[in-house]
Amino acid sequence: MSVAERQMDANHTPQSDILLELTGVKKYFPITGGVLRRTIGAVKAVDDISFTLRKGETLGLVGESGCGKSTTGRVIMKILDPTAGTIRFDGRDITKLSGRALREMRQDFQMVFQDPYSSLNPRMSVGALVAEPLIVNKKGTREQIRDEVERLLQVVGLSPEARLRFPHEFSGGQRQRIAIARALALKPKLIVADEAVSALDVSIQAQILNLLADLRKEFGLSYVFISHNLAVVKHVSDRVGVMYLGRMVELADKAKLYSQPLHPYTQALLSAAPEPKRNVTRDRIVLAGDVPSPANPPSGCAFHTRCPKVMDVCKSQRPELTAYGDGQLVACHLYA
Amino acid sequence: MATQIVQHAVKKPERKVTVGKSPTRLAFERFFRNPLAVAGVIVLSLIILVTIFAPFLTKFSPSTADIMNTDSPPTALHPLGTDASGFDNLARVLYGGRVDLTVAFAAAFMSMFLGTLYGGISGFFGGWVDNIMMRFVDIMLNFPFLILVLALESIFSVQGVWILVFVVGVTAWPGPARLMRGMFLQLREQDYVIGARTIGCSSWRIIFRHMLPNTLSFLIVLVSFSVASYVGLEAALSFLGLGVPLSVPSWGGMLNASTGYIQLTTEPYAWGPPMAMIVLTILSVNFIGDGLRDAFDPQSKA
Repeated sequence: MSVAERQMDANHTPQSDILLELTGVKKYFPITGGVLRRTIGAVKAVDDISFTLRKGETLGLVGESGCGKSTTGRVIMKILDPTAGTIRFDGRDITKLSGRALREMRQDFQMVFQDPYSSLNPRMSVGALVAEPLIVNKKGTREQIRDEVERLLQVVGLSPEARLRFPHEFSGGQRQRIAIARALALKPKLIVADEAVSALDVSIQAQILNLLADLRKEFGLSYVFISHNLAVVKHVSDRVGVMYLGRMVELADKAKLYSQPLHPYTQALLSAAPEPKRNVTRDRIVLAGDVPSPANPPSGCAFHTRCPKVMDVCKSQRPELTAYGDGQLVACHLYA
Repeated sequence: MATQIVQHAVKKPERKVTVGKSPTRLAFERFFRNPLAVAGVIVLSLIILVTIFAPFLTKFSPSTADIMNTDSPPTALHPLGTDASGFDNLARVLYGGRVDLTVAFAAAFMSMFLGTLYGGISGFFGGWVDNIMMRFVDIMLNFPFLILVLALESIFSVQGVWILVFVVGVTAWPGPARLMRGMFLQLREQDYVIGARTIGCSSWRIIFRHMLPNTLSFLIVLVSFSVASYVGLEAALSFLGLGVPLSVPSWGGMLNASTGYIQLTTEPYAWGPPMAMIVLTILSVNFIGDGLRDAFDPQSKA
């Protein structure tokens, strides 16, 4: 990493370089109860998250199931409306956007879903599926759209004839390619990949990851890459955010995060990931207990119930995400 | 030999374009491999053809009575005899299907249409809209159906095919509505429906392009089963005297005309054929429905 890049940490990046900016985003799902279905509580799926994504960058989001990483992706995609906070995309506040304006804006950010078996309408041919974004947004004539569909299918490594067939005739990896072609059709600037490879075989995962990397170079895409798989995130990301119970506990450049994780949760997570080198043995940090319910998160630091380095202050005060060392952001009282 | 080889080599390889088969087409291919279902289609088609071409199969009109020749046993002139009013039984069996099938199909489509519209709106929007709409369905499901038929018939002071269709349609939709609401609620959370939204589809497009086509297989099965039950319903209502007027031939009406002990024991030629037609129609429609269900959903081997 060059000195110039080192100085460009999230706080010092010029505005024009920032593609996506989340500020204090919260997403609470109400819990209703009783005959009158009154709100009696809330599941805090995403609880005060802020981060920025630079143009051309890939940000990995990792965490256990239920930590809010998928909800974050859906809030970015405007599938869910945030309870609080703002989302800025390409300099525009899209938090309150709706109707036509939102539909126009949406062309710039697209999503690739986890399960390619449920993300493609089984009753539409592949050609119709890939053409749909173009048709809906009125991009060109019939002939132009057909040519574009054939080109897109080739870009993702399928034959142009595939457009005449139906999703059920393809394997999981091929379907994910179709889903990617569909996401690429509108030439987006950002792609949110929500567990985009976790439903695939390991050998196919590599193919799809390489395809995503190639596309990023070719089209200058930015990715928010959501996964529970640390190795996959390490492979694709520039920066990695670690989430726990709806909060961002650590956010840093990939190299730093994987070589010197600061947050005790990140340390535990990394120690649990399989090590490809045979002779390297590591101390495994085993966390006791289960993830607390996001409907009733612990006071102070959400991780204090399972943290091996817990202190008194952790139980009462919520740590803020602050820079430590050279730009590694961590939310932990150990580094305050 | 040599020229042949050369020719073969020169011949351009044809560009092979395989067109895929849609899931609907695959389902129909499976359907036509099911012998019972195909038998159902054949029998039902025969019944429909017979009722359509009734004028060519009998020279008698089902609504002009031969009053000099009532309660006739089968003769060369009247192969199934005549009833107490002198109507030709064969003509009434042949023409009677028109009423039964019209009522059954029209009522099935009407209740499906209303049910899909209502259930679709309820399921698509969800939330409080869904809540209010479903409470109304609960009320409608408990509505006494026979009383409504009686009330409507006395209000309009008419008996007839379309009153029957209307009554069945407006009372039978809550069942399908509830099923369709469930389908829509389930589909709404499907990734491809959420995905359609992210690429900028309008709600209309999502409903008609992504959701409805995926309920179609379910709808077809639902229609086929309800047609079967409405054939039985028409028969039951006519049997109770709540169906079409006596002058209009219907299978249920014919059964009603033969309820006397004398007719039951001595005139099987009068009530046997309409009964057989009702049973055959219901059976064949049910077999078709079973076949469609298995064809559209190969996993369910119920």
